[in-house]
This record gives sequence, structure tokens and C-alpha cells, in this order.
Amino acid sequence: MKQQQFEQAHAAQWQRLRTLLRVLDRGTAPMAGAAAAELPRLLRVVSGHCALARSRGYSPGLVSDLQLLAEAGYRLLYRPRPRWPRRVFAFLATGFPRALRRNAALFWLACALFFGPMTVMGLACAADGTLIHSLLDADDIASLESMYDPTNRKLGRPAQRQADGDMMMFGYYVRNNVGIAFRTFALGLLFGVGSVFILGFNGLVTGAAAGHLTQLGYGEPFWSFVSGHSSLELTAIAVAGSAGLLLAKALLAPGRRTRAAALRANAAEALPLIVGAMCLLLLAAAVEAFWSSSPAPAPAVKYAVGFTGWLLLGAYLTLAGREAADGA
Amino acid sequence: MSLPATPIAARTAIDTLRRIETPEGADIALRLAGPVPRAAAFALDALLRLGAYLLLTPLIAASELGLGLLLLMLFAIEWLYPVLFEISRGATPGKLALGLRVVHDDATPVAGPASLLRNLLRVVDFLPLFYAAGLVCTLIDRDFRRLGDLAAGTLVVYADPPPRRASIPQRPPRRPPRPLDAETQRAILDFAERSNRLGPQRSAELAELIADDPHAGGGAALEQVLGMANWAARGR
Repeated sequence: MKQQQFEQAHAAQWQRLRTLLRVLDRGTAPMAGAAAAELPRLLRVVSGHCALARSRGYSPGLVSDLQLLAEAGYRLLYRPRPRWPRRVFAFLATGFPRALRRNAALFWLACALFFGPMTVMGLACAADGTLIHSLLDADDIASLESMYDPTNRKLGRPAQRQADGDMMMFGYYVRNNVGIAFRTFALGLLFGVGSVFILGFNGLVTGAAAGHLTQLGYGEPFWSFVSGHSSLELTAIAVAGSAGLLLAKALLAPGRRTRAAALRANAAEALPLIVGAMCLLLLAAAVEAFWSSSPAPAPAVKYAVGFTGWLLLGAYLTLAGREAADGA
Repeated sequence: MSLPATPIAARTAIDTLRRIETPEGADIALRLAGPVPRAAAFALDALLRLGAYLLLTPLIAASELGLGLLLLMLFAIEWLYPVLFEISRGATPGKLALGLRVVHDDATPVAGPASLLRNLLRVVDFLPLFYAAGLVCTLIDRDFRRLGDLAAGTLVVYADPPPRRASIPQRPPRRPPRPLDAETQRAILDFAERSNRLGPQRSAELAELIADDPHAGGGAALEQVLGMANWAARGR
């Protein structure tokens, strides 16, 4: 068949596909039923024509025309079309806790790397009031002490920030904490060194602050401030750490895959963890800014709320999305 | 696909064209973008972000609510700016301006998960300073992928070229001196489609190389070759 006959025989179908692509490409509205059903069939036909035109040595102009048409059709047909509200809900209800349970071993390792230094440093700083100077300089320590001075009107904020509003602190906590979580994850790509360092260092600082303030007699303002958001924030950092360790594992122990393939697989597996950590931290920032700093509730109430938070979070992470087949 | 696999691989090895076969049996050509246009796109995006920061600074003077919003916006610009644009537009404004797109390595437009991954891992590509790791990685990898692209399975490619279809000039068909194989026929048709853009002297010069009458000069040779092209495309 000569090129001209070929073009005459099929031009109508090519034009139909062109029109269809223009119609369907407009906006993200769901495809109109009849038109959408036509797309896969037309795309197969045109893809076939493109291959035929190339093998028969038809003019490169025609071949590239058909090729562009087939490419545009392919991109439209396979365009990702997430249904956001449902997807977000499914992620929070089942996706995130399941992903964490699949990687429970790495999560416990990250917990050990984070809570281990925290506990040791906390006990040591509680016993020795000068030990904190090995970690923080004098200005940091003064600012830390001013944050939890029992005479403060607002808990957990340094003296010069007493007037700052809750909303501003919310923005500050989100930017700071989620940034730390993202870095903990990404720096896992440095064979895990980055993640381990951030986990350990933040553990040390947190432990030092807790121990130091307790031995200073600022225990009540400190513990009543942190109890509310502690479950969310500390767990989230450990979760972000386990996401970073997943990347490290792909490079250090790829198993029976190439490192590139292992990295692809583990990065996809780590994504729900880091997104989940971000969600926990957003919630933690809200609690920290709007609840924890308020001096009104009695410390006993705050401890009760904090304790309930740990229970609820534990139940969520171990039970949500569990099925008979889950077996975790 | 009718083209044999090896010649395609051999042909793609030396340039930045990658061919991907779709489930429908079409060949998709991806034209990869190297570090230079990507760096230019990044610089443009950096300028846009700077502009966004400047626009947001008045919030400092506003109430503490404004400050809180400012910090949230800073967070979004720092971490989520590329993700939002890649999901909604296929690339950041800087990349769009340079005609680049982010795609999965199966040539489909990038979706949320891959976009989030490649942009979170930008932190590592940035190390130790100013994208050194990312640059080294793009130069080593044959598909110009930085670390984030390797982990997310994404490529940065040039968007489609504009369609270059040109019609073959009408001439009386002329039978070629011997049957044309597909490769030669394609070359002659390609020449015919481009003859309008080549300029008369150059196209006559090229036509003299393939005309069947070696003594036909200039314009006559061009007419002969266009005639053969018409014969190939239309028949007698």
C-alpha cells in the first residue's frame, strides 16, 4: 500500500483520536463515558499504524506525526488520577500503620538510636548539673532555663517570646520539626550516617534538657509542657529515622538485588513512613502550640492527657488496618 | 515493533534519546535533559522562590497570626513548591520555561509519590554544597538522573517537539531506476519533505547525489528526486 492510500484510509481515525485527546485533556473532570471507552481502542489502532508506517518506509514526517499522536494518547491514558480525599483517608486509616508494622525491626532500631542516648543523657544530666555544658553552650542553656522558669506565664517559650501568639509558634514548630524529620529521612542516603547522627544528637539534646531541668527543680513546668505532644513528636522522629534507615539498608545490605533496584524498592517503602511522620508532626505542632503552652490546666490533667496520647498512638499504630491476613 | 531491537540500542547508546515501548506497541522517544538546562531551570525557580519570599515579607509587620502563616508558607516554599507544581503541571515553572518535564521512567507524567520522593532527597543531592552530589550523579548516570531521580524512578526530559509535518511537493511520479528498500525510500521521502526548507542551491546539490541520471544538473536532478518521492508516496 502506498503512503497516500494509507493516509486516505486512516486519516479519519487519526483525526478522531486528536479530537478525543483535546476533549479529554481539558480539565481534570472524569472522562465522559462513551468518549473514554473509545480511547484505548483508538490508541491501539494508531500505535499499530505508527509501527506499520515506520516499517513500510513511509515518510519520516508522517511517522513522527503518528508517533507524537501515540505518545500524547499514551500519556493521557496512563495519567495518574489519584482520588485525593479517599486516598488520604485510606492512607491514615490503614496505609501508614501497616507500612510501619512491615518495617517494625527498623522502627525499633531507630527507637533505640533515639531513645537510648536520650535516656542515658537524661539520667546523667539529672545526676550532674554541669554535664549539660558538654553539649550546649551557655546561651542555649540560659534560653532553655528561661523557657521553663516556673514563673513564666506561657510554658515552653523563652522570656523574649512570652508575648508571641500560639499561631506563630504553630508555624515555627511545623517548619522546624517537619524539616528535621525530612532531613532525618533524606540523609539516610549517606549510608545511614545522617539519620543515625540526627537521631542520636536530638536524643542527646532532648535527654539533656529533661535531666537538667528536672535537677534544677523546673521539673513540673517542663514535664507538664512536653507531656501533651511528647507521644506524637518523639514517635514521629523515630518513624522518620526508620524511613532513613530503609534507604541506608538498600545501600548497605541490598540483598539479592542491585543497589539501584534496592534503593528504588526501599524508597517506595519508606515514603508512607515519612508522610506518616509528617502527619504526626503536624498534629504534634498543633498540640504543642495550642494546648501544651497553656498554663491553665493543672499538671495532673496534662499528665493524664499525655499518657492517654501515648496509649491512643500505640493503639493506632499497632491495631489500625489490621486484618486476619496481616499477621503483624 | 518491526524495527529490530539491536540497531535501536546501538543508535541510542551515543545520544540522549531513550526509546520505551508502550503496551500498545508504540515506540516512545524520550529526549533526556542534561545538567545544564536543569541547572538553568533551578536558577529560574530559585528566583521565583525569592520573589515569593519578598511578597510574603509584609506578613512580618502583621499580627502574630500573619507571622504564623509566614512560617507555614516558608515551610511550603522550602519543601513542597516543586511537588505541587510537578503534580499539577508536570514540572516546576522554571522547568516549564525551559521546555522540560518530569516523567516516570515509563514515560507517564510524574505522580505524587515519585515527585515527593525526588524532592525530599534533593537535600542529599545538594550536599556537600551547591548540588555537588547531584551534579556528579547526573554526569555518571547514563540517563542524567540525580540521586533523587534514581530513588524515585523519574527522568527529566524535553517536552514534545512541535509537529514538523510538511507535505511532499506535487510532481509527476517517476519510477526509480531500481526498487527502493525501506531505508532509501525513507531517506528520499525525508528529503522531499524538507526540500522547501533547505534552499534551492542546497537541495539541488543534495539531489545531484541521488538522481538516476548522473548528468542531470541542479534543478533537473531535484525534479527527478521529487518525482521519485511522489512515486514512492503515491504510486504512478
